Amino acid sequence: MEVKPPLPQIPPSVWSDFKDLQEWEKYHQERPTDDKASEALTSIADAIHHMPGGWIVTTSTDKIFNWARKSSIWPVTFGLACCAIEMMATFASRFDVERFGMVPWASPRHSDLMIVSGTVTIKMAPMLKRIYDQMPDPKWVVSMGSCANSGGPFRHGYHVVKGVDRVVPVDVYVPGCPPTPDSLMYGLLTLQEQVAHFLKTGTRPTPPEPA
Amino acid sequence: MTALTPAAASSQIQERFGVAPAVEGAELSVTLPLERWPEFARYAKDTLGCRYFNWLTAVDWKEQGLEVLARLDNLEACVAVTMRTRLQPGATRCPTLTGVFRGADWMERECYDMFGVVFEGHPDLRRILLGQDWEGHPLRKDYAVDTPQAPYR
Repeated sequence: MEVKPPLPQIPPSVWSDFKDLQEWEKYHQERPTDDKASEALTSIADAIHHMPGGWIVTTSTDKIFNWARKSSIWPVTFGLACCAIEMMATFASRFDVERFGMVPWASPRHSDLMIVSGTVTIKMAPMLKRIYDQMPDPKWVVSMGSCANSGGPFRHGYHVVKGVDRVVPVDVYVPGCPPTPDSLMYGLLTLQEQVAHFLKTGTRPTPPEPA
Repeated sequence: MTALTPAAASSQIQERFGVAPAVEGAELSVTLPLERWPEFARYAKDTLGCRYFNWLTAVDWKEQGLEVLARLDNLEACVAVTMRTRLQPGATRCPTLTGVFRGADWMERECYDMFGVVFEGHPDLRRILLGQDWEGHPLRKDYAVDTPQAPYR
C-alpha cells in the first residue's frame, strides 16, 4: 500500500475563493497610503516626546489612554467548545464582568479582546486567524483552558492545533479544564493590569512564521 | 407476512449466499465476499426488510488489510444485520452502497476520509470532515498521529 507521509496542510487557497470579501477588506481594513491626519498626529506626538520635558506629557497621556483602554475592553464572543459555557457564565449576571467595562460584542471589528475559549482544530485555525485579523489594533488575546493553551487532552489528536499561540499571539493564559468563571475573571483582571502598562511603542509577541 | 426472526433470517441468508451468519441475540453478522457486497445490501433491504441503514465504518487490520462494516436494521422485527467484508491487503477499493441506500453517501465519504476506502460508484467521493487537501487518512494504523501540522507546529 502506497501511503504518503501524513503532512496535513491548511490551504491558503480556501480564502482566495472569497474575492468579494477580500476586496471589501482591502477597502475597509488597510490604512490608506496618504493618511495625512494620522501621519500628522504621529509626527506631533514624536515632536512633543523629544522636546525637553515633553516625555512627561506623552507618558501621562499614555496613562490616560491606557486607563480608557483597560476600562472598556470589549471581548469578541468567540466560543469554541465547553469553555465557552464558562465564558458565558462569566459574562452573565452572577459574575458580571460588565462592571469592569467588558461588553461581550458579536463583531470583531468593534472588539479589543478575543477570548479563545476551547479547542482550536486545524480546520478552525484559519477562521480564528481571520477573526483576529479583523479586530482593530490595539488588540489582546486571552487563551482560555487547556485546549487553547496547549491542545489539552486532545494534544495527541491528529486534528488539533497544539496551542492557540501557534496561530495568534497570546497575552494571558488561563489554565483549567474548563476554567471556572473565577479563573477567567482573574485572567481578565491580569489582562487589565497588562493593558494599564501598554506602551504604543512596545514590542508585542509575534506568532512563529509558517514554514 | 409474519415478523422476521433472527433464526429465519439466518437460514435465509445461508440459503441464498452460502455463508453462515453468526447470530447473537437479534444481531446477525455476515462476512461476505467483496463482489456480493451491494447485492447483499439490496437483498437485506428488499427481502429481509432491513430498511434502516444504521452505520458504515471500517477497521484497519494492519497487514491483513481493511475491513468494511455496515449495519442494517429491520426496525419492525428488531433484527439487525451487520454485514462485513475484507479487502485484500493493500487494496482500498470497495463497491458503494449508495445505489441501495441514499443515506450511505455521507458515511462512505467519512469512511473514505478516515480510512481511505475508495467506494467505487459513489456519486461524490470527497473528504467530508477534514480539509480537502489533507494528506493521509488519520484512522489508519500507520498514520503518525503526532505529525506536526505544517502551518501550526
